[in-house]
Amino acid sequence: MNGLRGELNGILAIWYRELKVFQREKSRIVASIASPVLWLVIFGGGLGSSVSIEGMSYQTFIFPGILAQSVLFSSIFFGVYIVWDRKIDFLKEVLVAPITRSSMFMGKVVGGATDSMIQSCVLLAIGAGMEKAGMLPGLHIGIGGMAWMLLILLLTAISMVSIGLIIGSYMESPEGFQLISSFLLFPLFFLSGALFPIGRLPAWLAPLTIIDPLTYSVDGLRNVILGSSQFHLAHDIGIIGTVSVLLIFAGTAAFERMKL
Amino acid sequence: MPVIETSGLTKKYGEFLALDRLNLKVDEGEVLGLLGPNGAGKTTTLLMLTTLLKPTAGTARVNGFDIIKEPGKVRQSIGIVFQDPSSDDILTGYENLKLHGMLYSMPPALRERRIGEVLELVELSDRKDSRVRQYSGGMRRRLELARGLMHHPRILFLDEPTLGLDPQSREYIWGYIHNLARQEKVTVIITSHYMEEVDRLCTRLAIIDEGAVVALDTPANLKRVIGGDVVSLRLRRNRDGMFSHLDFVRKAETKGGMTYLTVVNASERLPEILRAAGMDAVSVEVHSPTLNDVFFHYTGKEIREGSGEGSWGERSITYSGKR
Repeated sequence: MNGLRGELNGILAIWYRELKVFQREKSRIVASIASPVLWLVIFGGGLGSSVSIEGMSYQTFIFPGILAQSVLFSSIFFGVYIVWDRKIDFLKEVLVAPITRSSMFMGKVVGGATDSMIQSCVLLAIGAGMEKAGMLPGLHIGIGGMAWMLLILLLTAISMVSIGLIIGSYMESPEGFQLISSFLLFPLFFLSGALFPIGRLPAWLAPLTIIDPLTYSVDGLRNVILGSSQFHLAHDIGIIGTVSVLLIFAGTAAFERMKL
Repeated sequence: MPVIETSGLTKKYGEFLALDRLNLKVDEGEVLGLLGPNGAGKTTTLLMLTTLLKPTAGTARVNGFDIIKEPGKVRQSIGIVFQDPSSDDILTGYENLKLHGMLYSMPPALRERRIGEVLELVELSDRKDSRVRQYSGGMRRRLELARGLMHHPRILFLDEPTLGLDPQSREYIWGYIHNLARQEKVTVIITSHYMEEVDRLCTRLAIIDEGAVVALDTPANLKRVIGGDVVSLRLRRNRDGMFSHLDFVRKAETKGGMTYLTVVNASERLPEILRAAGMDAVSVEVHSPTLNDVFFHYTGKEIREGSGEGSWGERSITYSGKR
């Protein structure tokens, strides 16, 4: 091993590869942008015709939730690439390289988070455009809150990519990955309050939303973008930050025991 | 000082003993072949020496580093070309090599120079910017050979380097391996079940069967063990002691309907042999001893050539274009 420098080079190497792959998979980029826009326009528009929340249009209300959702889906789905790497035997090339498993994991996390962040930026631009066109009144996507938004999105991406990679490290087939990850995706998404306010939930449902880490991403984004939230911004960021650190440790451990 | 030294290296998969207490020394500059049928323990040995698989017992030192205690240092000092393609087919040839250089912490200037050199060596310079998806099986293997060499490893491991390739690509690969062993001064370990391959490339050969080395010597010495030419006879009927009165017949064996005699100067002895066989002789063939005979001599089995599992060509077809 070449010490810290070698490990950093290893992380860079894996990042380089993930960026190249992302760049070449045009359909993946298009799908990852199109699906949240459809949610916003069709689901938001449809339900919005009869529902408004806290005095704002339903579409505006769910925009932060849809942003978090897109990060959730694309980040967790990123884990399938470790299954593919194993399947196409590329994993061997990385496993036999002189880098530690933690660097390998970190390289993947940085790669997956980059994909999700690029996608988020496109969605933020679309949101800002729609607001200008008068379609999402009350949306604030300005320079001011940008740093907070990006921080929340980044921590969310890191956490969710880690979850995806942990699942991926146990899975032998992409189909198995799909099955397990969808079991996790939908509860994480629906319980996060992405589609409804979590303030007045029935007593049996409220605790479930509290243990969903995505709740804090949605709440934080809503705080910055809409100016209304359940928790303090620092509270939200603190929780997502802690979760992402814990998941990085868990992911490193999962990669450590991963077999060829 | 040996570059590889294994001591009691053992691997068990459950009850199955894949490799049984291997003790092997390899000196610098050798081209050592591990020859054996599928499941003999060749790939298991390779995976342990490259730290991808933990031994059940025993250990080994590779370039002076212990494979269990210093896996990172072992990995930095070796190169490996796997049996199955392990390049990323969505990247170009150049990108695969660049990625490799980064993984091995090569300084950028050296990395770029080496990429040029190794691409030149395997004659892929003009295809470096094509995606690997568009490479043929042979080209892909050449690329991976270039990649395995790129970071100046002191030992290069090749796992079935020509499995599943057409004869022409195989010739190419053999040429490159032959050249690099001299030019780059690397020690090469080749696993194979192609007799011709190890015969042409290897300076020393370990015959492995059922997890153990049954013979270890130069190909020439191993063939000398046979002690003569091989006469294969197809007989209508095989009578016991048919050739026992011929004192120049060193050994007579019957296998799969054929009778094999080991004879010194067989071509001169042929009339006498045929006389002994009499009317029962259907056909006769004389050849100098091959490694096939050597393998048969030590293991009592024939190696079935070309029956590798998951061949190179098939794999690349199955997975290309999907992801």
